[in-house]
Amino acid sequence: MSSQDIPEENLPAEQDHARGAVGVADEVNPFADPGLPPHEHRIQDIDERAAKRSERAVALLFTVSMLATVGFIVSYVAIPHDKSIFVFPIGHLSALNFALGLTLGAALFCIGAGAVHWARTLMSDVEVADERHPIEAAPDVRAKVHADFRQGAAESVLGRRKLIRNTMFGALALVPLSGVMLLRDLGPLPGTSLRHTMWAKGKRLVNTNTNLPLRPEDVAVGSLTFAKPDGLEETSEDFQTEIAKAALMIVRLQPGNIKDKRELDWSHEGIVAFSKICTHVGCPISLYEQQTHHVLCPCHQSTFDLSDGARVIFGPAGHALPQLRIGVDSEGYLQALGDFEEPVGPAFWERG
Amino acid sequence: MKKLSARRRHPLAAVVVLLLALAATGGLYAAFAPAGKAQADDSAQSLTIQEGKKLYEVGCASCHGTGGQGSSDGPSLVGVGAAAVDFQVGTGRMPAATSQGAQVPRKKVVYNQTQIDQLAAYIASLGAGPNVPTKDQYGPGGADIAKGGELFRTNCAQCHNFTGKGGALTKGKFAPTLEGVDPKHIYEAMQTGPQNMPSFPDTTLSSKNKKDIIAYLHAVDSSDTTNPGGLELGGLGPVSEGLFAWIFGLGALIAVAVWVAARTAKAKKS
Repeated sequence: MSSQDIPEENLPAEQDHARGAVGVADEVNPFADPGLPPHEHRIQDIDERAAKRSERAVALLFTVSMLATVGFIVSYVAIPHDKSIFVFPIGHLSALNFALGLTLGAALFCIGAGAVHWARTLMSDVEVADERHPIEAAPDVRAKVHADFRQGAAESVLGRRKLIRNTMFGALALVPLSGVMLLRDLGPLPGTSLRHTMWAKGKRLVNTNTNLPLRPEDVAVGSLTFAKPDGLEETSEDFQTEIAKAALMIVRLQPGNIKDKRELDWSHEGIVAFSKICTHVGCPISLYEQQTHHVLCPCHQSTFDLSDGARVIFGPAGHALPQLRIGVDSEGYLQALGDFEEPVGPAFWERG
Repeated sequence: MKKLSARRRHPLAAVVVLLLALAATGGLYAAFAPAGKAQADDSAQSLTIQEGKKLYEVGCASCHGTGGQGSSDGPSLVGVGAAAVDFQVGTGRMPAATSQGAQVPRKKVVYNQTQIDQLAAYIASLGAGPNVPTKDQYGPGGADIAKGGELFRTNCAQCHNFTGKGGALTKGKFAPTLEGVDPKHIYEAMQTGPQNMPSFPDTTLSSKNKKDIIAYLHAVDSSDTTNPGGLELGGLGPVSEGLFAWIFGLGALIAVAVWVAARTAKAKKS
């Protein structure tokens, strides 16, 4: 509101003068207390009609908030959850979500806006000086507190009855042990479980898509397949725990393209099986580029070269992806020839 | 024989004779008719291959070699199959302007479908490879959308994002968005593994699995998709949503706070 709205006769001839202790800066005290600046009135302090307008505006905002809350309840009851509407810049969206968000947003915003407008235009805005006082209590108060404490100690006979005092200290010292004891439930310690997965000699590689064991001829050069150990079903009680360690990524390279000798030895006709768990922080890693043989982790862009022992060629990962040694069983299915030789997934303190 | 003759007036005799006659007719037809049809197909097929070879020599041979054996500018096409040709040429990726650059993007299609079929027939004649899928294979009939979603998240979402919006790979390569891509081309891409995409052959991801994935993509990423959340911000997940919240959400709060504090409530005599 500008001063043009105020009738001329309602404006004060001049604003109030400065109040409070006004010191004069001199050579001894160049930062003397300048006192409070003169108080300036608001339109609402001068013009009762303006104050009325402000009151009505605040009341209107609070009323809109009430209506919006009613609107929220009505929307919740009346709008079916699968109804879709078109709202211009946003596009098609659920009518229920839109109505609930709009009404709840309006209800909260109007309460806030009303409170701000009320505080700015109608609540007293007179500047108040609050003098600082020492925090320390007065000497007589302190003396009384000390005397009271000494008297209480004497009346409790703690100093005389040593048995009570000592057993009480014992009880208080032991009670927290219950809480400490419960911390054991954070365990048990993982033991060697981080070093082992479900893979073992003779376990067949089962395709996660078809739930069937894989044969070497199923895996084409340039293809990408994910496998889990035979016997691990999604309905198994420990499925999540086990698949988090045993998830396998299978690709087939031309044997001539494999640069790492151990990788070639552990492959079967160019089929290599690597852990799908990134060695950085354990994200599932499978952004496989079949021409470059690089695997990229979507979390922090660690890149591994599957044609060179899955060594890290970029990013924060600290170890190459562990490789699973595979072969073919008597029925022609791909099988593991043992567990991973090193722990899968992110490094841990005792990993070595 | 006497036994047979004795039963010739049996009530069921006529039925038995009729069945025998039908079987004989069917068998004879099977023995002779398809042979003639196959011959007709063969000559039509060889004509298509001839046409395809002509198109190939004009449009493709400079990079892929005169017999599809490949060169330093383009890979060998022996054994890639008709599906790979239908995908690469049908999405405009081939013919590529240059063999340089991170990857060949999707662009305006140069050949019509007849020419693409001829090219595909020629390339397929160079070596066995996956065929162009039929509408039965990629159509929506009998597809399980929920299963498709599960398969998509296991096999595809790592690169193409949860609803197929695409994403970045290394050194300027990217997984393209799958919105508006012909179901046939999605099927062919899974089957053949174009450029840096790995392939998902029928032996590891069955034809039914592929159909389910295509049905899922249609459900979440097409013009028919209804999005209850409204503004999707590219469907890229927390990155774009976080950016929007920090810039516009927090920005609006700061702007309102500055506006409230900047306006004085004091009356000033001008």
